[in-house]
Amino acid sequence: MHEMSLCEGIRTVIEDQARSHDIKAVRRVRVEIGRFSGVEKSALEFAFDVVMRGSVAQGATLEMIDMPGRAMCYDCMHEVEIDDRLAPCPDCGGGKLMPVAGDELRIKDLEVI
Amino acid sequence: MCTVCGCGDAKLEGHDHGHSHAHTHTHDHGHDHGHHHHDMHFGTGPAGVEVPGMSQERLIEIETGIMAKNDRYADANRAVLAGLGAFAVNLVSSPGSGKTTLLCKTIEALGDQPLAVIEGDQQTTNDADRIRATGAPAIQVNTGKGCHLDGHMVGHAMEHLKLAQNSFLFIENVGNLVCPAGFDLGEDCKVAILSVTEGEDKPLKYPDMFTASRLALLNKVDLAPYCDVDLDLYEANLRRVNPGIEVIRVSARTGEGMDSWLNWLTGSLTRKTARTAAE
Repeated sequence: MHEMSLCEGIRTVIEDQARSHDIKAVRRVRVEIGRFSGVEKSALEFAFDVVMRGSVAQGATLEMIDMPGRAMCYDCMHEVEIDDRLAPCPDCGGGKLMPVAGDELRIKDLEVI
Repeated sequence: MCTVCGCGDAKLEGHDHGHSHAHTHTHDHGHDHGHHHHDMHFGTGPAGVEVPGMSQERLIEIETGIMAKNDRYADANRAVLAGLGAFAVNLVSSPGSGKTTLLCKTIEALGDQPLAVIEGDQQTTNDADRIRATGAPAIQVNTGKGCHLDGHMVGHAMEHLKLAQNSFLFIENVGNLVCPAGFDLGEDCKVAILSVTEGEDKPLKYPDMFTASRLALLNKVDLAPYCDVDLDLYEANLRRVNPGIEVIRVSARTGEGMDSWLNWLTGSLTRKTARTAAE
């Protein structure tokens, strides 16, 4: 359900762009998705097809670019890259990590005609 | 819900918007909006226009957050709150953690402090009715199929509530530990409510919400002896997903810990009001 809302947000951005750039059709949408963004990629892909129907992006390909997760370790005070939200610090093994990046959810670009 | 027009199928209870949502979700927005977003019409732009010489594929860089639209509504709400010196709390939790009971007790304890409440639920006005029984102004937002409140819904609700200067705004979000974490409403902070019956590993299972929250209220502590739970482990797990989170143990039923929570609230409001006065 959340992914459906996100796709409607994507559609809004695309339709705004379509008006300001004289876009006939969108062929590809590239979206950056952070490791910790909470987005279920298969659900996003499913919702994308459904929500784009009837828009300039109908039939467009959704390309998802994974963005790494980064966190500040409150034990060693280093910024580290982690794959898992609950992973320990790869430097010191500490368990108190505050995410600082990886919650991105951004449309990077559109391939259009 | 429909983030294209922003209104979705969310309903503000007791307030007819004056526009009918007869549109299907093929999104040809031919309906007339009775409010201030009447410039959002889609399907009539260049998309349907023949553009000679534009057959070549090209790349348009956008770099726009998908939540940009929600964030704009949230920023507008935040500006209104800042102007009033009002402190807004977005109360988030799973269903059944005791949000509404805690809120009712909080309102009673705050006495004649000006405040207002926005209640978010999929259906019914039960929670707003409970809040109004305390004498506080409340508005119910029914999200229909939606799983969270968004900035637009809260903006509308705020207009109807007519917030007072230096007041509290309590926004009780839809009971859901997933989606509300991602939607900024313009609040000053999120406060997560976690009841002791939910299991010590709840913060690990749903880290996003607890990471996004400034304070966690560990509620129903009066039930702890009957639940074989380790309250210290609850706190350790909260700090594992959010090392900076503050934790207060409370029982809305017995009143335990309520003083600390009320002090936290009034301290936060005083700081916000002082900031507003300084600007």
